[in-house]
Amino acid sequence: MPINITMPALSPTMEEGNLAKWLVKEGDEVSAGDVIAEIETDKATMEVEAVDEGTVGKIVVPAGTAGVKVNELIAVLLEEGEDASAIDASGGSSAAKPEAEADKAPAVPESSSAIEVGAKAVTDPVPAPRTADGGRIFSSPLARRLAQQNGLDLKAISGTGPHGRVVKRDIEAALASGTGKAAPAAAPSAAAAAPAMATGPSTDQVLKLFEEGSYELVPHDGMRKTIARRLVESKQTIPHFYVSVDCELDALLALRGQINGSAPKDKDGNPLYKVSVNDMTIKALALALRDVPDANVSWTDEAMVKHKHSDVGVAVSIPGGLITPIVRSAELKPLSVISNEMKDFGKRAKERKLKPEEYQGGTTAVSNMGMMGVRDFAAVVNPPHATILAVGAGDKRAVVKGDEITIATVMTVTLSTDHRCVDGALGAELLAAFKGYIENPMGMLV
Amino acid sequence: MADTNYDVIIIGSGPGGYVTAIRASQLGLKTAIVEREHLGGICLNWGCIPTKALLRSAEIYHYMQHAKDYGLSADNISFDPAAVVKRSRGVSGQLNGGVGFLMKKNKVDVIWGEGKITKAGEVTVSKVTKKAMEPQHPVPKGVKGEGVYKAKYIIVATGARPRVIPGIEPDGKDIWTYFEAMVPPSMPKSLIVMGSGAIGIEFASFYKTMGADVTVIEMMPTIMPVEDPEISGLAKKQMEKQGLKFLTDAKVSKVVKGGGKVTATVETKDGKTQEISAEKMISAVGVVGNIENLGLEALGVKTDRGCVVIDGYGRTNVTGIYAIGDVAGPPMLAHKAEHEGVICVEKIAGKDVHAMDKSMIPGCTYCNPQVASVGLTEPKAKEAGYKVKVGRFPFMGNGKAIALGEPEGLIKTIFDEKTGQLLGAHMVGAEVTELIQGFVVAMNLETTEEDLMHTVFPHPTLSEMMKESVLDAYGRVLNI
Repeated sequence: MPINITMPALSPTMEEGNLAKWLVKEGDEVSAGDVIAEIETDKATMEVEAVDEGTVGKIVVPAGTAGVKVNELIAVLLEEGEDASAIDASGGSSAAKPEAEADKAPAVPESSSAIEVGAKAVTDPVPAPRTADGGRIFSSPLARRLAQQNGLDLKAISGTGPHGRVVKRDIEAALASGTGKAAPAAAPSAAAAAPAMATGPSTDQVLKLFEEGSYELVPHDGMRKTIARRLVESKQTIPHFYVSVDCELDALLALRGQINGSAPKDKDGNPLYKVSVNDMTIKALALALRDVPDANVSWTDEAMVKHKHSDVGVAVSIPGGLITPIVRSAELKPLSVISNEMKDFGKRAKERKLKPEEYQGGTTAVSNMGMMGVRDFAAVVNPPHATILAVGAGDKRAVVKGDEITIATVMTVTLSTDHRCVDGALGAELLAAFKGYIENPMGMLV
Repeated sequence: MADTNYDVIIIGSGPGGYVTAIRASQLGLKTAIVEREHLGGICLNWGCIPTKALLRSAEIYHYMQHAKDYGLSADNISFDPAAVVKRSRGVSGQLNGGVGFLMKKNKVDVIWGEGKITKAGEVTVSKVTKKAMEPQHPVPKGVKGEGVYKAKYIIVATGARPRVIPGIEPDGKDIWTYFEAMVPPSMPKSLIVMGSGAIGIEFASFYKTMGADVTVIEMMPTIMPVEDPEISGLAKKQMEKQGLKFLTDAKVSKVVKGGGKVTATVETKDGKTQEISAEKMISAVGVVGNIENLGLEALGVKTDRGCVVIDGYGRTNVTGIYAIGDVAGPPMLAHKAEHEGVICVEKIAGKDVHAMDKSMIPGCTYCNPQVASVGLTEPKAKEAGYKVKVGRFPFMGNGKAIALGEPEGLIKTIFDEKTGQLLGAHMVGAEVTELIQGFVVAMNLETTEEDLMHTVFPHPTLSEMMKESVLDAYGRVLNI
């Protein structure tokens, strides 16, 4: 019997991924554990390993296909002694049918999987959709089912029925409008991104404003879509509140010098760690959250999620976007450990090789643009976090101490909070604790 | 000097026209309605309503004849044709008066006479030339008279009249239209009904129950050709059991009158010819729009096959001139006319309204057994490319139907296999004309099979069969 290889779920939340690259071709022999393909998910590129040995009989989903649903058949492996004709005779043939049906519905690129899902959906209940904040989206049962079958997000569709109810014609209009007609490879971006941009103008509406030929279209990759979706979701659902404070860095810089100066060296003479200001910022925020546990929370509709550890996400800018690997239980980790973790994260993030569990979750985040000379800025809360700290550059400023003007190295930080769970005063309290660690950094060492 | 300027003038006060007038007035438009003969139009004077009154008499007569089935006795059962007709006219008269009241209540001016659009924005009302059908309900009080009236929006709602086949023209004596059939001076002993649409079949059913020997001649292969063939087939079988005779795939080629009878020459599809004689004949071969003498031609209003051509909002090709109801094309049903009229004036008033959707207009036929339907028939659904799931539930499996002594009938539902959309529902049997609306609501709300299955239907009712039919489409039927 041929063995079906399906799109793996590389993380618990993964629903679809882009099949970036095949490392094998039809006819290649593979053994269990061989890397056969690369899959690009929300934020990372992951390798798919063969779990059985055999010959690659058929590659069903070609490289470069976007929006491949989890569990969709991507290739068929032949066991010893089988030839390609076995594919049609076996369950593997289920792959061929959806492909053929895809022709019928060119408007929906994921149709092959959508049809399979859809056929099942006729007996499965389609839950009533909710808006991001849990409000009900009024929609007809038929519209819900059509949306589900066609992979549309009802949130993105404006209803024309009574009181804005989403009805069949709205789904048909959504399918018919530009997005659906795009080339199969490019279409998933439109289909997936459009739902996120609930009220934004359509691709057509935007392109109409520019002369044809005066631009280049770069289809979104998984990361860009995720960034867009998450940030829109954040700004639409989280009431942001901002608190800023100036922190004097001189003591911290002096301590950092001492720490790095006394770092043990390996056999090649390289220091075993080199703590950065950012590493110390991570630690300070982690400790501040430990001290002000009411701010170390996540919002849910039913309850406040009070976290027992400070898992600090750190925004790492990489080509084409950014990613936020998480330093877990940072309040417990020595600076040297945090520093080395961050080095490893930074390197692997740029290669897009972070594992989902390394960037999903977290209780807060730090975004540092100090190295780019930014004085201060406000960051967007990345749920399930309730806070994010935007860190500016440390530079020498005139500071009034007592009645004297003196020079101090000062860094401005701005804490963005989800006001639903971290009120203004609580945010200020957290920031005061943070400032305390930054200005009296010895506290971070004990 | 009477005010002759309006926002909206509607020509014709049938169910389409008068409902449109009320809605227009509700929307703050100054509205007048022109009528030449009877408020309420054919529907409540010579159509839907008085036939229901006649059919009710027939139904009760039928039950009295079958009193024994229910453990009752009724001897020497008879009827008085004049009294049956009188009751029907009384019902019609009551509603006719009601429309007059509604016009007054809604501040709609009624202009009595024949309306003609003499130019854009102008309706000239002149003396009625059409011979009125008798008995005539009295002209309402306080109506305006002949003259020139102006309105920015003119809505033609003049309805339709019986289609006439050349050579078989109704004469009102031997060959009737629905007008004469509504007020028979006596019950004919035998009757030929030409056409088995809703009108033909209802009169056939009525006269059969009242004792006449009735033969129905239909050109199409099935009776009630717009209905699902499975349903109309069952209806036919039941009516045949009652003694009705049907000739399908049959055409009346010649009619000879004389000697107190009508003799029709009928050609059947197999090339055979036969002669059928009866005391009377009803011509019920459809209706045609009343598009004449309205000035439409002079204004260049587009018409097609006897009807005004409109868009989904009742707009003709000429600005300011609208049409709704029968005169604007099929399906020629009162409820379609009403809805079309409401959409038309709401659009005029600038409301955000959706174009008429003709795919969900129910149809009801009040013969015995009743037939009701909405949406696509099974053949039509397949023709449209749907892969369908069909559910059926017979009256025989329903407790209430058995208790009523009405075990004959069927409820059929048609779903799109892919989406679970309810594409059509078709019924034959007792009271189905009152049941169909449940499916009409379901279709309008775009429910799928899932929601229908999750809906609680009261027990014991005939409506339980609706749910069972849905369940059957998905292999989950309970009571058969």
